[in-house]
Amino acid sequence: MIRAWRIAAVLAILGGSCPSLAEIPASQRKSGYDFMARGTRAMQDDDTANPGMLSVLDGEALWRRRAGAAERSCADCHGDARTSMKGVAARHPAFSPAQNRPVTIAQRINLCRTERQQAKPLPYESRDLLALSAYVGRQSRGEPIAIAEDENTRPFIARGRAAFTQRQGQLNLSCAMCHDDNWSGRLAGSPVTQGHPTGYPIYRLEWQSAGSLHRRLRNCLTGMRAVAPPLGAPELVELELYLMWRARGMPLETPAVRP
Amino acid sequence: MAARALINVPPKARRGEIISIRALISHEMETGFRPNATGQLIPRNIIKEFVCTYNGVEIFRAELFPAVSANPYIAFTTRATESGTITMTWTGDNGFSATESVAIAVE
Repeated sequence: MIRAWRIAAVLAILGGSCPSLAEIPASQRKSGYDFMARGTRAMQDDDTANPGMLSVLDGEALWRRRAGAAERSCADCHGDARTSMKGVAARHPAFSPAQNRPVTIAQRINLCRTERQQAKPLPYESRDLLALSAYVGRQSRGEPIAIAEDENTRPFIARGRAAFTQRQGQLNLSCAMCHDDNWSGRLAGSPVTQGHPTGYPIYRLEWQSAGSLHRRLRNCLTGMRAVAPPLGAPELVELELYLMWRARGMPLETPAVRP
Repeated sequence: MAARALINVPPKARRGEIISIRALISHEMETGFRPNATGQLIPRNIIKEFVCTYNGVEIFRAELFPAVSANPYIAFTTRATESGTITMTWTGDNGFSATESVAIAVE
């Protein structure tokens, strides 16, 4: 599997065989919000009806709670998240020089936990990590997604794009076949959508809980009968990076509600 | 973590006005019908009852069942009669109990 991803990446970097020809132009980009029913949109728009706000409230409490051997809270270093975290989620995944690779906002929170708070990292997809991610993400609501595109991130974006356009799984589908080429269609009655990750962590009604983009990507990969990398895996981070780059300029909606 | 609730009640209303009360609470509403990874049933853990009082007088009561979604959202209307406190209480399995109060000014 990893070899397949590597081969795809190499092909993409070499160019020529990169099949991403039909990227959606900025003027036609639509968030998942635009595909939703009126009732679901109303649920997202009202902070007292949006169940994702429950995670944000949990995250706000965790932001102020001391943790780890350092006995420090997030707020002790970062202060008021409303100012210090504004726009941060819109720039993630971001390249981390220490890791020499891009990290998601959840991974960034865990890096802070292990290095600054000297606390145990929170498991990916745990309630607390989703809550902190949602709270940090909430501070960027309305901010345009702005992934840095430079010599550090470019190879990872290319790998993410290669994964997006690579046919895989028993159904022999690529992400692009649906989300670039057929986003105006429907799949079993549900809109296909363009697959822009504009509101993660989302509250998904089908899950009856909050969840990360990696959980959603694993859903899609399982549906394609492909091998789904584990939560937080480098392959998923690269795909997330590409998807955020692809959604550049779109406003962040965290915490979004999705059906 | 303690249950979180999101309450939407207008802070001010005219006497006799119909107001809407909306309450969302975090709760997993585990049905008791789902097996876990080893095939054993996960014990039921749901909110069983929701009661709303307006200055101590009960104005709304609901029974909840396993088919109700996680993080249940309850919305209803009442007539604003006097200034005071609207209190909501959720009770359920495993001794679950949560209470939230909001003030309303009626003029």
